[in-house]
Amino acid sequence: MNLKSLSKILLIVSIPVILLLMLSSYAASADDTTDYPVPPPPFSEGIFPCSGCHAGMEANTNRRELSFHEDIKLKHFDGWCFNCHNPGDRDTLRLASGKIISFKESEYLCGQCHGTMFRDWKVGVHGKRTGFWNGKKEYRLCVHCHSPHQPGFKPLKPLPPPIRPEDSKYKTSETIPLNPLDSIKE
Amino acid sequence: MSKKNCNNPSSKSVDRRSFLKGTAFGLASLAIPFGTSDASVWEAFFQKHFREMNDDEIKSVIKRMEKEYADEYKTGFKIKTTGPLPGVKFGYGLDLSRCIGCRRCVYACVKENNQSREPQIHWITVLQFEKGEKWVNVFEEADRYYNPQEVPEEGHFYMPVQCQQCENPPCVKVCPTQATWKERDGIVVVDYNWCIGCRYCMAACPYGARHFNWGKPQIDKKELNPDVHYLGNRPRYKGVVEKCTFCIQRTRENPGRYPACVEICPVGARKFGNLLDPESEIRYCIENKRVFRLKEDLNTSPKFYYFFAI
Amino acid sequence: MSDLLQPVKNLFTTMKFMAKGGKWYYGWLAFLSLFILIGVVSYIKQLDQGMILTAMRDQVSWGFYISNFTFLVGVAAAAVLLVVPAYLYNFKPIKEIVLLGEILAITAIIMCLMFVISDLGRPERGWHILPIIGAMNFPSSLLAWDVLVLNGYLAINCTAVFYVLYRLSLGKEYKMSVLWPIIILSIPWAISIHTVTAFLYNGLSSRPFWNASILAPRFIASALCSGPALMLLIFQIVRRVSKMEISDVAIFKIAELIAYTMGLNLFLFAAEFFKEFYSGSVHLAPMQYPYFGLHGHSKLVIWMWLAFIFNLTAFFIFLRPKTRENFFSLNLACILIITGVYIEKGMGLIIPGFIPDVLGEIYEYGPSAIEKGVSLGIWAFGALFFTLFLKFALPVYTGDLRFKSSGSEKTE
Repeated sequence: MNLKSLSKILLIVSIPVILLLMLSSYAASADDTTDYPVPPPPFSEGIFPCSGCHAGMEANTNRRELSFHEDIKLKHFDGWCFNCHNPGDRDTLRLASGKIISFKESEYLCGQCHGTMFRDWKVGVHGKRTGFWNGKKEYRLCVHCHSPHQPGFKPLKPLPPPIRPEDSKYKTSETIPLNPLDSIKE
Repeated sequence: MSKKNCNNPSSKSVDRRSFLKGTAFGLASLAIPFGTSDASVWEAFFQKHFREMNDDEIKSVIKRMEKEYADEYKTGFKIKTTGPLPGVKFGYGLDLSRCIGCRRCVYACVKENNQSREPQIHWITVLQFEKGEKWVNVFEEADRYYNPQEVPEEGHFYMPVQCQQCENPPCVKVCPTQATWKERDGIVVVDYNWCIGCRYCMAACPYGARHFNWGKPQIDKKELNPDVHYLGNRPRYKGVVEKCTFCIQRTRENPGRYPACVEICPVGARKFGNLLDPESEIRYCIENKRVFRLKEDLNTSPKFYYFFAI
Repeated sequence: MSDLLQPVKNLFTTMKFMAKGGKWYYGWLAFLSLFILIGVVSYIKQLDQGMILTAMRDQVSWGFYISNFTFLVGVAAAAVLLVVPAYLYNFKPIKEIVLLGEILAITAIIMCLMFVISDLGRPERGWHILPIIGAMNFPSSLLAWDVLVLNGYLAINCTAVFYVLYRLSLGKEYKMSVLWPIIILSIPWAISIHTVTAFLYNGLSSRPFWNASILAPRFIASALCSGPALMLLIFQIVRRVSKMEISDVAIFKIAELIAYTMGLNLFLFAAEFFKEFYSGSVHLAPMQYPYFGLHGHSKLVIWMWLAFIFNLTAFFIFLRPKTRENFFSLNLACILIITGVYIEKGMGLIIPGFIPDVLGEIYEYGPSAIEKGVSLGIWAFGALFFTLFLKFALPVYTGDLRFKSSGSEKTE
């Protein structure tokens, strides 16, 4: 076998491999392996998949007082469920463009209106990002901090203030105060 | 008296040491325990400045210290001496438009960095300001003892202050013994075994970032963080100054975790990264946000940037 | 052999002289010893349990110890006021008593060092500040400078005093050719100890109260009031209890000098007061605190105005020849000045540097029992040291105590 035929074979073999790779990477971006590493979306206990209930129901596009999701009070823009939820498949979300996305990449949905926040979020400046400053980072979805239905950040109870210098005295007691952080369940 | 204590392994060694110190005729020069069989006390006394020790000397010091800590805290400590990463200068960003003053960072820092619980030491001070015409340079308007049911309080904003890791640190300039210095990655550190406790650095620091161990630092054994750095969060001694080191024990690793305060912040107001890396989030903040540094007029050139993301 | 034993014999002679005294003398020594004991006990407690026993905290990280230190540096520096006219202008009546001033300077410096050591969190590591064996941060740290100049000043004064006493104790006149260079050196050095101490605070841009260029001149001016005032009182005691003659002329001359320096001190104070209050910048707060109180906190206000009234009253007393040459009003004015400057250059200088603190908190500091105990002990030690030193130096000076270079001592 000469060199030419070897390269020809290599080329023929490599084309489908490359194609496959491209396809898989496209799939990764479009599918639920998201662009940004995030923990699973914060669903209420037992609520997902929505199709569990909604599979047989017909989508009612009328605005009305909900009889089941009564805990949801929409205090977001002047919108309605199907501005975001996909009436065709409740297990997904739908962008204004009609593009269907998974709950795991809901940031694209929020980003439709909150463009500057989305821009900052992508570089890790809006919102919380953990992990390694010079390595792998973990993002949070918008909905991890902002309820999509009432996006205002919930107030928190502050941890105790420092001890005033006047009250800081020599103590022989063996009971050392524990860290108040331990009492919080995040 | 001292003999009796020596033979009693259950008594805390540092207690004994300080007791002996106290009884040593009250003279400073004689404040070292005589007649004790514990040679490590003398080794500690004659220990050299951290930067003047060679690798072997550092190794033996670390070994001695790990034993001392183990004896005192009944916990195995791993004392690192990781040096600065090349091409790194740390910078910190804090989003004033996001901070809600919940003080999670204060206590995460306390836990990560083994600050004394009693007497209490906090490296982070969160200031509450009233929104209005007064700006953050009128500090008398600030309140650090706010304690409502819920934060943020209407009409207020919050500004956490910690060591600003100045490029031009006044604390380093004034230290009479060179016990504090700025590392190559920009972190200002203290050698707790070299500091004489004169507190000149505390007078010089414009940010109240330095804290003194007024009493013997006490931490519950269960709460100790055994992953420590010589220049960072190893347990401190009575009578020395300590400060924030951008969690040197975390951030100097490769890959290095974010500082504890960044990791805990529930609103993601805290940003951290390499100032020399144009892709880092801190660079993005500086280049794209309205940024200011505290007490800029003092020319300390902090590497701690307050910004408004909105 | 007797030559070798001579210094020991001389020491015994000296001690014999120190031990001799009347009822009042022993009472005084016992009184001081009691306070020294209180000081030692307090300091041992502080060493054992830590500085938490003081009232200092992160907000106010220097307090009573450093206040006393600052005041005493001024006292030590003031020896120069006596040296300058005595030697440069050969003003005889003062020249006689320069020795006392220098002994006072030695005492004050020793007390300064004791106050600084009391303030250290880790006194056993004090050697870290020394050059060569430690890691002295020279020339960057003003505290390193202060260690150098204070110890240098101590050495200079010790040399001068010991040289003079040594010569006199052997019955010889001291040589001006030896003393002269020491004195020439000590004059700028005295100014420098107080300037460096002022710069110690002055250089901190974080503390607007100290970060005023007028600080060093104010230090010098106030030191040149309080030091000599203290000496005037000591002179009067000395000439009553010993044979040493101190002329009224010398005392009145010093009183006159005090009037000028106090005038300058008041002027510099007025200049600073005007600048701060008229411009009313954000740096006004630490000036407002000691004089008018801040946000309802006014622990220092009464003291500061008291100090001002004391200084002003003393100024007028010293200014009028009639009142400064009357021993009742003269002594009253001396006490007023010492108290006034002690407040102004002690707590009045240190505490407002920390109130409000750099993040605006107001923690009203007042010394704790331990701090008072230690300070009292140091003051008592200083008084004891000075008393014993004079007990030896005065007889040498007046010729009552003479050593022989060999053989037995001769006492009259």
